[in-house]
Amino acid sequence: MNVVVCVKQIPDPADPGALDPNTKTLKRDGKLILDESDSYGVEMALQLVDAAGGGEVTLVSMAPNGETAGLRTALAMGAAKAVLVSDDALQGSDALGTSKVLAKAIERAGQADLILTATESSDGYTGTVPEQIAELLSLPSVTFAKSITVDGSSVKVQRQTESGYDDVECPLPAVVSVTAGVVEPRYPSFKGIMAAKSKPVDQVGLGDLGVDAGSVGWAGAGQEIVEIATAEARAASTVVEDDGEAFQKIVDMLAELKIV
Amino acid sequence: MLTFTEEHEMFRTTVRDVVRNEIDPHCDEWEHTGDFPAHQLFKRLGDLGLIGVEYDAEMGGGAADHVYTMILGEEMGRCASLGVAMAFAVQTDMATPSLHEFGSPELKEQFLRPAIAGDMVTSVAVSEPDAGSDVAALRTRAVRDGDEWVINGSKMWITNGTQADWLCLLCRTSDEGGYRGMSQIVVPTSTPGFTVSRKLDKLGMRASDTAELVFEDVRVPVANTIGEIGRGFQQQMSQFQNERMIASYQMVGAIELALERTAAYLQERQAFGAPLAANQYLQYELADVAADLDMLRHHNWAAVAKYQRGEDMTREATVAKLKAARIARRMADLAVQFHGGMGYVEENWPARFFRDTRLWSIGGGADEVMLRTLARMNGILPG
Ligand SMILES: Cc1cc2nc3c(=O)[nH]c(=O)nc-3n(C[C@H](O)[C@H](O)[C@H](O)COP(=O)(O)OP(=O)(O)OC[C@H]3O[C@@H](n4cnc5c(N)ncnc54)[C@H](O)[C@@H]3O)c2cc1C
Ligand SMILES: Cc1cc2nc3c(=O)[nH]c(=O)nc-3n(C[C@H](O)[C@H](O)[C@H](O)COP(=O)(O)OP(=O)(O)OC[C@H]3O[C@@H](n4cnc5c(N)ncnc54)[C@H](O)[C@@H]3O)c2cc1C
Repeated sequence: MNVVVCVKQIPDPADPGALDPNTKTLKRDGKLILDESDSYGVEMALQLVDAAGGGEVTLVSMAPNGETAGLRTALAMGAAKAVLVSDDALQGSDALGTSKVLAKAIERAGQADLILTATESSDGYTGTVPEQIAELLSLPSVTFAKSITVDGSSVKVQRQTESGYDDVECPLPAVVSVTAGVVEPRYPSFKGIMAAKSKPVDQVGLGDLGVDAGSVGWAGAGQEIVEIATAEARAASTVVEDDGEAFQKIVDMLAELKIV
Repeated sequence: MLTFTEEHEMFRTTVRDVVRNEIDPHCDEWEHTGDFPAHQLFKRLGDLGLIGVEYDAEMGGGAADHVYTMILGEEMGRCASLGVAMAFAVQTDMATPSLHEFGSPELKEQFLRPAIAGDMVTSVAVSEPDAGSDVAALRTRAVRDGDEWVINGSKMWITNGTQADWLCLLCRTSDEGGYRGMSQIVVPTSTPGFTVSRKLDKLGMRASDTAELVFEDVRVPVANTIGEIGRGFQQQMSQFQNERMIASYQMVGAIELALERTAAYLQERQAFGAPLAANQYLQYELADVAADLDMLRHHNWAAVAKYQRGEDMTREATVAKLKAARIARRMADLAVQFHGGMGYVEENWPARFFRDTRLWSIGGGADEVMLRTLARMNGILPG
């Protein structure tokens, strides 16, 4: 079974980046790393291929400046190869532009039985790319997977909901978005790191994918960022002094939040 | 200057994450029980390829450059228990280098391969109750009987001693005396006549088990001799270079983390209407340690470069070990001092750090033994 995983390479969240006041977008000129959200998809894909007893995991990523650092991490975890789309004309792409490019890159990656993404990225987090890719590829889309099993030509997904999960089944190939935290991503082992060095990364531009530069990037963006503003500082937390009845106040607060 | 590749950086991330997520959460418990599950932990670390990163690929090693060993050491030095870090370093850089370098293919197959895989836990057994600094005074003896050595004697302060599957033993194999007539022998701890006579209760490094070992007519094949019979002392001196360097690499990580944490605490803690960090005296003391740390780190890089070129690095290893231990002790003293009462109580990290770092001016060759070597090298001896 062949699984394609979309992995976004993002500025290191531990070293928070800045917004460019002119373009109003995140500066992405420094080193990028594998979005942690996508490490769950990579792990899930590796487990599925293992369970199927054959096949491979291919990564697909769109990132500026031919960045491969995040891809190397996922290759070191065990993915076999990657397609990287990097093109100056992609600057300013909105979510739909990104999806168009990723859809083409997925086709280039070869016949895929299953396409995995995260439910949302850690930096842009519009949470719209997976469904758009599915639409562009005319494939069924299942979101918020907490567990995935492949059974012949169909996939069974436990789809997380507010109150529990739905059992969903659909034919393959399909696009499934994986909820963060549902599997334990493996560490890149020493041997994995060494092996990743020589794994192929197919670096392509828009021309190679047959994507019209006018349909992506600033030129094709249907979405415009009109203004950026600093988020309001989080309000101070409520301190409950224990006068012997504090538990009741906490229970009431939780009830108000509909948690209990 | 060393250059760090993308692979080096990825390796650093893996080790840092493993230490933080899989080792640190257990350290409080292990410090309390006085040991840690070496077989379980080493197996896990072996699976990740963290044991024998430089050893032959045919033996399951990584065949990588020495920079990986340095990175491994630095990141293990950030472990919440320096005892666990030390015990792991025994496996990677203190008990196995001689076997890797001088051992026969059969001996490596039998003992090095499983050590690299993390299936066997190892110890290096040199020190004796009456021979620590003065290695040439050791008395444990192996007498040849046909194809077997018959070993009698005792060893003291042996790290991993209660859990080890085999020891890299240094003992006398002839009557020549002094530095001559010693050999390194692999002794499986399942051999009849071998006993762990005592588990030692220590000031620090408490998660690491330290044992006294007794040998009574312990019989092992002469084929278990590592390298040449009679060259044990020289081989062990070479193995000590690895031991001293890994100690220095670990201290770089340990000092670095202690500096970060102490600086953060000084920002948080208020006294006299300002954060403690507002006191220039405190700033400068930490800045001075930061300067020492820079020098140590760069010294280590120079040592790594020399090691990679295959040159003798006795001097570099000696300086590294001496200075690493002393800077770590100074950092530990400042960490406790600047945390005040918070630094003296067991629930905060400085107390353990203070105890643990104290070891490195004694273990692996005391500071004075390093100074003795340097004095000789610099011609500062009488006559
Ligand atoms: C405020 C803001 C600033 C932006 N700044 C820039 C910029 O400076 N430069 C720029 O090029 N784009 C920029 N973008 C676009 C953005 O980074 C994404 O490329 C695009 O909008 C996808 O949206 P998302 O990250 O919200 O995806 P989501 O829909 O949240 O992502 C879901 C999943 O889709 C997959 N996925 C999404 N994007 C990629 C990708 N690129 N490669 C592989 N897999 C992917 C991942 O699995 C991801 O977890 C910006 C967007 C916003 C909202
Ligand atoms: C926690 C721990 C773990 C250890 N693990 C191991 C292990 O795994 N394997 C192993 O073989 N050993 C191990 N050791 C033993 C360690 O290597 C010795 O303790 C060390 O070499 C010092 O020897 P000694 O204790 O006999 O001190 P001594 O030789 O008795 O020296 C005592 C002190 O005298 C001073 N001194 C010694 N020689 C000189 C000199 N020439 N000039 C001036 N001053 C001098 C020093 O201050 C020294 O600290 C361990 C020790 C500890 C505490």
